[in-house]
Amino acid sequence: MKILVAIKQVPVRDSLLAAAPGARWIEESSLEYEINEPDAYALEEALQLKEAHGGEVIALCAGPDRASSTIREALAKGADRAIHIEVDDITSWDTLASAKLLAAAIRTESPDLVFTGLQSDDLGAGQTGVVVAELLALPHATIIMQVELDGSSLRVKRELEDGWFQHVAMPLPAVLTIQSGIKKLRYATLMGIKKAKTKEVKSLSAADLGVVNAASYEVSGVNVPQRTKQTQIVSTVAELVGKLRDEAHAL
Amino acid sequence: MSGILAVLEAGHKLSAETLAAAQDLGAQLGLPVHSVEPTIPYTADAYTDALAALIRDKQFQVILFPHTYQVRDYAPKLATRFDKALISDVIRLRVESGEIRATRQLFQGKLNAEIRPIGHPVFLSLQAGAYRADGAAAAAVEALPAPTTEPRQRPEEKFREAQRAVDLSAAQTIVSVGRGIKEKENLHLVEELAAALGAEIAASRPICDSGWLPMERQVGSSGQTVAPKLYVAVGLSGAIQHLVGMKGSKTIVAINKDENAPIFEVADYAMVADLFEVLPALTAEIRKAKG
Ligand SMILES: Cc1cc2nc3c(=O)[nH]c(=O)nc-3n(C[C@H](O)[C@H](O)[C@H](O)COP(=O)(O)OP(=O)(O)OC[C@H]3O[C@@H](n4cnc5c(N)ncnc54)[C@H](O)[C@@H]3O)c2cc1C
Ligand SMILES: Nc1ncnc2c1ncn2[C@@H]1O[C@H](COP(=O)(O)O)[C@@H](O)[C@H]1O
Repeated sequence: MKILVAIKQVPVRDSLLAAAPGARWIEESSLEYEINEPDAYALEEALQLKEAHGGEVIALCAGPDRASSTIREALAKGADRAIHIEVDDITSWDTLASAKLLAAAIRTESPDLVFTGLQSDDLGAGQTGVVVAELLALPHATIIMQVELDGSSLRVKRELEDGWFQHVAMPLPAVLTIQSGIKKLRYATLMGIKKAKTKEVKSLSAADLGVVNAASYEVSGVNVPQRTKQTQIVSTVAELVGKLRDEAHAL
Repeated sequence: MSGILAVLEAGHKLSAETLAAAQDLGAQLGLPVHSVEPTIPYTADAYTDALAALIRDKQFQVILFPHTYQVRDYAPKLATRFDKALISDVIRLRVESGEIRATRQLFQGKLNAEIRPIGHPVFLSLQAGAYRADGAAAAAVEALPAPTTEPRQRPEEKFREAQRAVDLSAAQTIVSVGRGIKEKENLHLVEELAAALGAEIAASRPICDSGWLPMERQVGSSGQTVAPKLYVAVGLSGAIQHLVGMKGSKTIVAINKDENAPIFEVADYAMVADLFEVLPALTAEIRKAKG
């Protein structure tokens, strides 16, 4: 079983965000980065499938130089090798264009399974996996909570709205978008961190893959949302309780 | 012929909003509005094939979807077939100088991005609340052609997990906790506040994913929908998937140390503060007030 996991590097949760001057994206200079949360779960699921069925797990990331720290972490956790598509301006590629980069790299590997997270924390498009599947002419399923593999047959549990679920079967190879919480995440061991340094990271450029940044939309501005509701800022606990009792009659 | 196609999802509450948005765009752009409500059994393959044929045949320029879980599963595939990116999860749509402009969220609602689609067709999916549903006239209804290829996905019956033991929808007061609580060991702070208020405890998804609280206490698009008289959100950022489950609450209090947290957009009362300082004092003050 050869499993390819797309991992994206995103600003750490709870970062203080500000629009960049010119405002097409955020100001990045003072940010720290980490693996996109559902991608960590996608990697975990892949590692556990490998432990159960044998095979290989390959991490795939499109991003600038800084993304190599996230790639190393995936290797330290147990991915066998990685592919880094080096793109300095990845935030100016829309979801279709960046999915084309990923798909071109995946094509060269012919994996049995491709995992992505169900959604990125920064863009939140929730599409890359589905787009990659279409580009590669593979079947897919989204928001996956459970993966069952039996020989060449795949059966997954999808999350639907309002607490509903559904099992879906499909042939391999296939693309799955993994939901957070599917398994408990492991930590990298010291041994793993040491080993990661010796693992192969193949570096590719957009030109190597023959993909150009053709956009189907332009971001004309990024801004802080305006509040639509009249929110009262209260500064003390006594003030809050007073208002809840006398104004909102909520106690 | 060319125009706007609203792809509706049978029985989904977002369908009416999507149709209203299509009508509004149609009026401003001077384009006829059509709708289609697929009734074939859902698979991503079948929907994509059938809708692609329809869009190609009638040369629709703008295709609007409600941003449902089902749409997330196939609309990106459909747009890819036309070499377009789906502009997903749009919270506002408007027309400027005869062109569509869309607003969508970045970073789970901490920032908004203004989007200008390039070329046609334009594929857009609309988040709940982006449009008011009332006043949508009916549109010309399209029939969906039969898919021409065999779907590869084989879906089984939908099911729900075991019956929920807790029905949060009936609760009058809810204290809801998010990842700001940091560790399971800190949950007692929230439990004490809930006890003082006579409230049920609820949580954001990551708290339930970690097993700190049972799944049945999760509020949001994949959990329960609640509308208590008082909803106290503690250390919870207010991602859209959480907001859709609680924004109907009568009075919303949010305690968060980040003044830009999206939860403050729906809050009536906001405390920009460290929850570890606020909660013990708040619990004591509530006890006093309730005598
Ligand atoms: C398909 C899908 C379905 C989903 N369904 C749901 C759902 O049903 N319900 C749900 O809740 N989520 C759901 N999510 C997840 C959702 O997108 C968010 O990731 C989640 O709601 C975030 O949870 P949170 O607010 O607890 O955590 P975070 O976003 O990490 O927020 C933590 C907050 O705590 C604040 N904080 C930190 N420390 C302190 C402190 N000391 N004092 C005060 N404040 C502090 C931070 O400023 C931050 O705002 C879903 C996601 C997807 C993609
Ligand atoms: N630049 C990237 N490099 C690697 N994986 C990515 C990249 N962008 C998106 N992905 C994958 O696609 C998923 C969904 O992203 P999105 O469609 O942006 O919400 C993420 O969880 C990742 O697994």
